[in-house]
Amino acid sequence: MIKVEHLTKRYGSHPAVEDVSFTCEPGTVTGFLGPNGAGKSTTMRMICGLTPPTSGAATVCGVPYRRLGNPGRRIGVLLDASAQHGGRTGREVLALSALTMGVDSAEATRALDRVGLNATAARRRVKRYSLGMRQRLGLAHALLGDPAVLVLDEPANGLDPEGIFWMRGLLREFADRGGTVLLSSHLLREVEAVADHLVVIGGGRVVAQGARDELLASAGTLVRALDPAALGAALHRAGLTGTPTTDGGVVVRAGAEAIGRAAAESGVALLELRPAGSGGLEQIFLELTAGESVREAVR
Amino acid sequence: MITATKPATITVTTRVPLTRLTVVELRKLADTRAGLWLLVLIGLGAVGTAVILLGWAPDDELTFAGFFAFGLVPSAFLLPVLGILSMTGEWSQRTALTTFALVPARERVIAAKLAAGVLIALATTAATLLFSAAANLLGIALGGDGGWRADGSLIWQGALMEVLFVLVGMAFGALLLSSPLAIVAFFALPTLWSVLSESIRALRPAARWLDLGVTSGPLSEPSMTAGEYGHLAVSCLLWLALPLLLGSWRILRREVS
Repeated sequence: MIKVEHLTKRYGSHPAVEDVSFTCEPGTVTGFLGPNGAGKSTTMRMICGLTPPTSGAATVCGVPYRRLGNPGRRIGVLLDASAQHGGRTGREVLALSALTMGVDSAEATRALDRVGLNATAARRRVKRYSLGMRQRLGLAHALLGDPAVLVLDEPANGLDPEGIFWMRGLLREFADRGGTVLLSSHLLREVEAVADHLVVIGGGRVVAQGARDELLASAGTLVRALDPAALGAALHRAGLTGTPTTDGGVVVRAGAEAIGRAAAESGVALLELRPAGSGGLEQIFLELTAGESVREAVR
Repeated sequence: MITATKPATITVTTRVPLTRLTVVELRKLADTRAGLWLLVLIGLGAVGTAVILLGWAPDDELTFAGFFAFGLVPSAFLLPVLGILSMTGEWSQRTALTTFALVPARERVIAAKLAAGVLIALATTAATLLFSAAANLLGIALGGDGGWRADGSLIWQGALMEVLFVLVGMAFGALLLSSPLAIVAFFALPTLWSVLSESIRALRPAARWLDLGVTSGPLSEPSMTAGEYGHLAVSCLLWLALPLLLGSWRILRREVS
């Protein structure tokens, strides 16, 4: 279990993370969503005691990370797959950590096997690993101490579609056995398939959080008409607001019935009328965090 | 293949003991290509000094003590680099992210690194003793003096020199947290200080106390005096204790990313 309470981190006057609170329960996968620079990594580093928060606190299994004793046996951490010494072999990276945690060194071989890195890859120096292989190594490293909690920052980066599918299965099974998973991503589609709980962050603040299904249900209705202009007018008359999608549809924050009636009254022919689901959530996600990534790029 | 670990039932975990951390840090010194080559170079350097003496030194200088004193020179230069890399590597290679996630008490990691540095320095001194004995036997076969007499103080003063130099390297590494910067500073600053104190008369008295190159000189002569130890201790305060203190403070406070 991870509990984050009012975490705030300021660099000078710039707030990187502002009053972030959420809880990750055992048996669940929490997707931590936000554009680049929204404060995901900073929050995760604060959970892991690597960055001191300006205010607020976080606990893992009810204890602040720094007081966990031998944290590797409680929580598996993958914050940056590239942060490994390029001169070490994959196997050596795991062997060192196994030694530190007091785990049998045979576990290193098992962990490599578990993430699909074979003996040849294990003997290779990390410098020559692809990003996907580094992610797999990082995941093996996180699982090495047989922890009850996993914290993974953008673990799908660099994985191919098959790898992403495999990782989802691994995380789902981990959670189904009572484990707690927090994984971040800047792509909603990457996490919605596996997360039961979503925390959306933008500009350092939590902009939405809750069970995935509820968030998806609240995402509105997608409607597409033969004559988009007429539909826009009809919606306007009915007092409904919508945001256009890139493919000519409109996502409206209202139920199908209200939209259907509005269209019927104006005689607008509809081509599509359905719950917006993840498309709608992505729309909300973009709206809520609009401009953040642009600001990040020019800061 | 999908086989996730079963999440462990929550058990109380105890702190990682310092001995285990020291073993980890010792292993880190040798498990990268850079570290391994440095150790190989140190070994080759010791062999090289013996070869130079056997080949070119007058026969009466081919003694055990002679081989030992000269044999320590390469490691006195290269071990500090190994110490520097041990401290800076965590940041330049960003392994600090893993290291401090596994051991949040960073001061324990620093302590383990220092212990590993002391152990590697002592091991190097012991290895140099063995090399010197072998070289001396060879020297006897080649008609050298072959004397075995070595003042006991020379041996442990040699060990002290190796230990101090590694620790100074580590202190520079901890302070600067950048491999090139620390290596350049380690070799350039003491030299610069020596040059300055040679040319500026007012600095000369201070140099007797503060120039590590001067104060560590007596370590290679038998039976150092208390006064000489005093000078050495004061210069170590400046070149070892001060940077190590500032560096540790920096590592403890630094954000890991």
